[in-house]
Amino acid sequence: MKHFFRMVLTVGAIAAGLAAATLPARALVEIDVNQGNIEPLPIAVTDFLSGDALGAEITGIITDDLRRSGLFAPIEKGAFIEKIENPDAAPRFDDWKVINAQALVTGRVTQESDGRLRAEFRLWDTFAGEQMTGEQFFANKANTRRVAHIIADAIYERLTGEKGYFDTRIVFVDESGPKNQRVKRLAIMDQDGAGVRYLSDGRSIALTPRFSPSRQEITYMSYESGQPQVYLLQIETGQRELVGNFPGMTFAPRFSPDGQKVIMSLLRDDGNSNVFAMDLRSRTTTRLTNSNSIDTSPSYSPDGSQVVFTSDRGGRAQIYVMGADGSNQTRISFGDGIYSTPVWSPRGDLIAFTKQSGGEFQIGVMKTDGSGERILSSGFQQEGPTWAPNGRVLMFFREAAGSGGPRLHSIDLTGRNEQAIPTANFASDPAWSPLLE
Amino acid sequence: MRGIASLTRNPIVVALVMALAVAGCASKKNTPNSAADLGLGGGAASPGSAQDFTVNVGDRIFFDTDSSVIRADAQGILGRQAQWLNQYRQYAIVIEGHADERGTREYNLALGARRAAATRDFLIARGVASSRLRTISYGKERPVAVCDDISCWSQNRRAVTTLGGAGA
Repeated sequence: MKHFFRMVLTVGAIAAGLAAATLPARALVEIDVNQGNIEPLPIAVTDFLSGDALGAEITGIITDDLRRSGLFAPIEKGAFIEKIENPDAAPRFDDWKVINAQALVTGRVTQESDGRLRAEFRLWDTFAGEQMTGEQFFANKANTRRVAHIIADAIYERLTGEKGYFDTRIVFVDESGPKNQRVKRLAIMDQDGAGVRYLSDGRSIALTPRFSPSRQEITYMSYESGQPQVYLLQIETGQRELVGNFPGMTFAPRFSPDGQKVIMSLLRDDGNSNVFAMDLRSRTTTRLTNSNSIDTSPSYSPDGSQVVFTSDRGGRAQIYVMGADGSNQTRISFGDGIYSTPVWSPRGDLIAFTKQSGGEFQIGVMKTDGSGERILSSGFQQEGPTWAPNGRVLMFFREAAGSGGPRLHSIDLTGRNEQAIPTANFASDPAWSPLLE
Repeated sequence: MRGIASLTRNPIVVALVMALAVAGCASKKNTPNSAADLGLGGGAASPGSAQDFTVNVGDRIFFDTDSSVIRADAQGILGRQAQWLNQYRQYAIVIEGHADERGTREYNLALGARRAAATRDFLIARGVASSRLRTISYGKERPVAVCDDISCWSQNRRAVTTLGGAGA
């Protein structure tokens, strides 16, 4: 998937006479994402120069990404004083300082003779009067939106010191039709809701899609054979494959961090469910739990050494952690309520979960030993958090009372900046992809 | 419940009982086994038919929240189901386990499976051959009652005994 050729635009490429540009990068503008209450950074994103509407389109996508992150406050174009005529030249910093644009993005998009797009951008620190970063990308025209997301990621990364998450996708369950006969089909879209594509035809219920960390592949559960079972699906080719050959229902699948295993629940004949891992190459299956209870929703730690899961072995559903071999099964949730859908953060330090308490459903996080529980969002019905690959944002699905169906929402780890993800139909079970390649 | 149980042997009364039950959330609810679907307008169910089973025996039982224990009222229904199934042995049987929406998706798939298994085991204990029985869980994916309160949730926590064609 090498769709993009990327190179850094050095300061040497800038028109001479910009003394500040030759100084070592000494950013005055930066965002501390660890701070609880973040004041969004005022940023001006100018229309990329182009002979057609493409420049403004790219600028719009970048602006929307930055705004929705909650960390940036893009300034209205109407307030701009300087009209950027040459994105290779230094802007008039005073014109941007006076409208309090602490950061400025300029750029250009052109078509190469071979038909490819060439998009270049520069990020400027207006108060320091210097370029912070500059890069150019070559891509197929079909990937215009991705180019914009990659540029937004580069801006985000330069200003926050964290990896971005805009060039990512969401796989989810698209829900249509009346609630008692609802069609549930797999779909995939960009993280901002654009470019929806269906991955299953809706003739049978498909649920709980999860991305492979390493391939263009998802694992999910489907009723297509009559018996609900776990499958693999190649996103590009549409090729499907049953995972294992088990007598009963298999469900709640997730990949291991190396993409070589699928961990899931297997229904026992007595009606209880235990956790198993299946090696996709050797096809060997390893039992990890063996309790007379419901053990489900397993999720690996990012180093693959541990697994967090839900179990009702203590009476009601709670969160447990064990070694990846099933050793040392230890309960970690002790709050007042029912806990389920634990998901280990990509940074390894937190576990996101759904909690039912006081007649509400809550999305929260706790440390991996169960301490430091924090509720990020409460509501009538919401569940199923998934982490952005940088571990800063969670997406989940919520059904407001009387709304008729679920919708996707995201929220920052700080509990702020809740955003609805636009989808044509009802939507549930989001799973965030890794950063695309 | 005993009163209703005995009444349910009369299809016309059953139709009335179902109509009353539906009135609770009339506009929001769908009952696939409603009188119209069952063709009750056309007359009584013939003995041994699927309609006979659904109408005169009762095809579903209900559970308490987050529980797969067969309740006392459900034991009566399952006892009659076993008796009927043992009389009409031509049917293969699929038991669907369902959960209400007040749980998370994966847990509720497991909970529905546990309810289906408990129902199956009860029927086996009453003499139904295990070779005729299969279970499937729909978790909370197939509610019959659609509203946002307990009147619907209690109807969705269910196990439904469905009749297939020829025996297994």
